Amino acid sequence: MQFGIFSVGDVTSDPTTGTTISEHDRIQAMLAIARKTEEVGLDVFATGEHHNPPFVPSSPTTMLGFLAARTERLLLSTATTLITTNDPVKIAEDYAMLQHLADGRVDLMMGRGNTGPVYPWFGQDIRNGMALAYEHYGLLHRLWREDVVDWEGKLRTPLTGFTSTPRPLDGVPPFVWHGSIRSPEIAEQAAYYGDGFFHNNIFWPQDHVKRMVELYRRRFEHYGHGAADQAIVGLGGQVFMRANSQDAIAEFRPYFDHAPVYGGGPSLEDFMDQTPLTVGTPDQVIERTLAFRDVVGDYQRQLFLVDHAGLPLATVLEQIEMLGELVVPVLRREFAALKPAHVPEAPVHPRVAAARAARDGVASPDGSPDDAASSTPLPTPAAEPTIAVPA
Amino acid sequence: MTAPGRSIVVVSAGLGRPSSTRLLADRLAAATERHLRAAGVEPRIEVVELREHAQDLTNHLLTGFPSPKLQAAIDAVLGADGLIAVSPIFSASFSGLFKLFFDVVERDGLAGMPTLIAATGGTARHSLALEHALRPLFAYLNAATVATGVYAAAEDWGTGGLAADASLVERIDRAAAELAAAIAAHERRTRSDPFTDPVPFDQVLRGQTRPG
Repeated sequence: MQFGIFSVGDVTSDPTTGTTISEHDRIQAMLAIARKTEEVGLDVFATGEHHNPPFVPSSPTTMLGFLAARTERLLLSTATTLITTNDPVKIAEDYAMLQHLADGRVDLMMGRGNTGPVYPWFGQDIRNGMALAYEHYGLLHRLWREDVVDWEGKLRTPLTGFTSTPRPLDGVPPFVWHGSIRSPEIAEQAAYYGDGFFHNNIFWPQDHVKRMVELYRRRFEHYGHGAADQAIVGLGGQVFMRANSQDAIAEFRPYFDHAPVYGGGPSLEDFMDQTPLTVGTPDQVIERTLAFRDVVGDYQRQLFLVDHAGLPLATVLEQIEMLGELVVPVLRREFAALKPAHVPEAPVHPRVAAARAARDGVASPDGSPDDAASSTPLPTPAAEPTIAVPA
Repeated sequence: MTAPGRSIVVVSAGLGRPSSTRLLADRLAAATERHLRAAGVEPRIEVVELREHAQDLTNHLLTGFPSPKLQAAIDAVLGADGLIAVSPIFSASFSGLFKLFFDVVERDGLAGMPTLIAATGGTARHSLALEHALRPLFAYLNAATVATGVYAAAEDWGTGGLAADASLVERIDRAAAELAAAIAAHERRTRSDPFTDPVPFDQVLRGQTRPG
């Protein structure tokens, strides 16, 4: 199972001091957070993509490319990449390039984006949001799998004889997750392609998350990618920890009460009751996170949101250290003990699997497991390389 | 068909306890019930008092999701065969609380739903708010609003207005008869659940891309 950090990249005043850091400091903080994520033994760092203040990460592959050079093992990902307003041709090129730079340590998560004006700013119409997600991803999927693409759609200029360069590293496209909070259509899309499905999980009641994931699993099986419990599921989570739970609540409350997303709304207690937000001790975080499995089944990726609402960098880094030292080792052990053998890990690039195997001192996996993408009903070439699933 | 059941949800935005808005809502519900029974239809009435959801409605607007209690109220309305919606008139329109609820009910959720609109106010001078505020709101929501809306001013609860006007009791009865007829004529509403019956993706793609 993969554990990591996802960051929205907001510049928010610290409500306890009134201090607002600069964009530069926030960008540097994201880099420090990503490096800390690797240092404490977590697996994934995912950046958001935004094109409006107060968010800084407008250029994910620039940031992730830098991180590729400054990290060794960390999987670099997004949460999310805007499949609607980005040109799918540019996504294909940028993330293939990133794959080469990072030696395969790349995957990405598609999202539609929910900021209305971004659509017209990028020449699109929000009323086409779902159509853009379908059409752009359909093109992206082909660009990474077919060397020469002729394509015509409704929402982008046609392509004739186009080759997206560089080709995916070793011919293996980056693994793709589809993220959606409330749209069953996106769970259906993820299932159709045999891709992963990620629910951000942190703003919604669990019965809704359960319905989204159950739909994805059922349809994953329907499309012939494997059994429902072999579908690739990721979840978000939101935590704040101190050794004593009352200290955690007292310290986090002003950040919660003034947070851009839920400030002025429900109480911290109600929000903790109705969503997966956990403010308390590391043991409480462990208990709550293990219970996610009861909601969605055995799953492959758990990302935590820790750096938002104006929390100071030093505090955020402490949180990541606590995750790495006190929480994730227990979660790894407990989840692994519960997971049946036929449930796969999240796919990673064969180079990542090989590097991990070399570090662990075991033989490299053969790189040809029963990969979801190989049984997709799409017109993909039969010789399409599979993504390795590490043992 | 033998004694088919129909569910009616009454949404009342009254603030006082007791409120004249709730009083009007209950009279409308009882009259509708009577007319449906006469038509051989067994009604089931459920009342949603918006006052009880006031905090949760604000929280829903801010966080994007309803509390379990509010979700149950929304589900009741979405699953109903008929709706009776009653608001006090404040500042020339329905109350903010009333609008909050219909702001968070999913779009198309009320499409085709037989609906009776009603309102209360201090004097009859505000009665046209029914026609310029409530009726357009439910037209936007594609509800099947019956022709008669019922406005009750404070004086209507007395002995009954000018002789030339239909009394409140008569207006309630006329509106309820229209609602009952609309509900009885309607097939039981079934909502397709996108989680149970997703549109198959190959079908989605055929609709999205030009034939190759």
